[in-house]
Amino acid sequence: MNILPTNNNAADTLLKIASWISGLFILLFFGYLLFDITINGISRIDLGFFHNTPVNAGRQGGIFPMLISTLWILALCLCIALPIGLATAIYLAEYTNEKQTLTRFIRRSLNIIAGVPSIVMGLFGYAFFVIALQLGFSILSGALTLAFMVLPLLIRSIEDSLRAIPQSYRLNAHALGLSQWRIIFQILLPIASQGILLAVILSIGRAMAETAALLYTSGYVMRTPDSMMDSGRSLSVHIFDLSMNVPGGEQSAYASALVLIVLLLMINIFTAFISQIIVNKSIR
Amino acid sequence: MKPPTSLKTSVLFPLNKDKILLLGLRVLAGLSVISLLFILFYLSKEAIPVFKNIESIKFFTDKSWHPLSGEYLLLPMIVGSLLIMAGAMLFSIPLGIFAAILSQFYAPAWFANVMQRLVEILSGIPSVIYGFMGIIVIVPLLARFEAPGTSVLAGVLVLSFIVLPNIVLISRNALSQVDAIHIDNAMSLGLSRYAIIRHVILPQAKSGLFTGIVLQSGRAIGETLAVLMVCGNVVQIPGSIFDPVRTLTSNIALEMAYAMDDHRSALFLSGLLLMGVVLIIILVAEKISPRENTV
Repeated sequence: MNILPTNNNAADTLLKIASWISGLFILLFFGYLLFDITINGISRIDLGFFHNTPVNAGRQGGIFPMLISTLWILALCLCIALPIGLATAIYLAEYTNEKQTLTRFIRRSLNIIAGVPSIVMGLFGYAFFVIALQLGFSILSGALTLAFMVLPLLIRSIEDSLRAIPQSYRLNAHALGLSQWRIIFQILLPIASQGILLAVILSIGRAMAETAALLYTSGYVMRTPDSMMDSGRSLSVHIFDLSMNVPGGEQSAYASALVLIVLLLMINIFTAFISQIIVNKSIR
Repeated sequence: MKPPTSLKTSVLFPLNKDKILLLGLRVLAGLSVISLLFILFYLSKEAIPVFKNIESIKFFTDKSWHPLSGEYLLLPMIVGSLLIMAGAMLFSIPLGIFAAILSQFYAPAWFANVMQRLVEILSGIPSVIYGFMGIIVIVPLLARFEAPGTSVLAGVLVLSFIVLPNIVLISRNALSQVDAIHIDNAMSLGLSRYAIIRHVILPQAKSGLFTGIVLQSGRAIGETLAVLMVCGNVVQIPGSIFDPVRTLTSNIALEMAYAMDDHRSALFLSGLLLMGVVLIIILVAEKISPRENTV
């Protein structure tokens, strides 16, 4: 920033003006968006909004079932994605180089999975989990589908944090005659734990924002789920339904959007906090 | 790095903990390859029946999209998807790059920081919320000029705002990764600020910029619900930017709930089609990527 000389000429001024216009436009537009959602959402929110069930298709009442469903979906999604993600990341970071065929296949597959449109992932989830595995419209189907979607991000972030560990740690551990098992579980994973936490939180944020993939997997039943085989509506699906299918649902949609944004904001602050810790540690 | 294995462990204990660990890791890592194959397999399995009953040319030559009466014209949806993606990219790329140039070179540090934080937060906001704001703000605004408001233009605008934060992040990242030595050299040659940005930094950052932007266009064409909420979803090739339109993705989301037999297969086919487009986009991105990997 501001490292460049400030000698002015016409072209420079023009570029400066163009970039300020774009920057201010973005700032103003998105500032307005956040402001509008906050102002309109906050008037609808009280304590009951969080622990009441929706009334009248969500026009009145709260969002309790949606919160529970969202939590269920996120928790299950992580339970499924984390072991696979951790194993894949360890394998990629500690055991392979880019020349091996399996590694190249894994990387390419992950890149493609990361790019699959969420509605197409939803179609797959519907065909595979809902129909073929007969899980039905359930929180489990939705969580499995979401697990696929967050896997590339999760693996990439965990792998990065493993690769950030200095090579000397591994060499020293090998020199001490430690087994690979102990090097991974007692040295590398504990050191990378903050990075792994960061990866998990990033994935939660990604999963929480997902909507289209859940429409035809976890469904949109508004009841509070009793088990993971029940259908459950996530918060994001609730916002979609309120604004599309429920005339007069704007107020509740605003409020639900605000809740979701605040949750994501908390995740954002938390990630910033953790990455700051990681940066501080690596400087020291 | 390949761990050194001693003769003792490999000969005397052929199945020790480490080998089991490696085997387990390899199997779990292989799952990602298998899952991609599963995705392709199940999409194809559901899509293929449509070819048995319908000639594929019908997707382009039928009179209309009325699957219940055997009319399967997918063309307007394909046009709609491409049109809205192209429009959104056209709108958000210059805006995003200029904003990145601003925060990287022109703005004071505090302003750049505020903008960076804001854009990071915005890139995580679910697209349904953008869609909802589109319904509340953009559609009524456009309806004042020309009814009904739900239109190509509304879709383009909403989609632009969805990809814009990412484009700013990507561009800023690409700009900041230009080697400082080139900038120092350019400065010692006495080049002006504009000349350095235009002729030193942008060419250096080009492949990074392109990769990021190409990947974002993949995200744009896959975006579903936000576009569905503001586009009006009439199956037609739009005559003007104020006409409603339906994208491939919205079509899947709208009709999957009740689609049967060939109709259902046709929807899976459009899913495969989208997958194909995304695959091409990823291959292009990998080709022009400055680094080995891209996610």
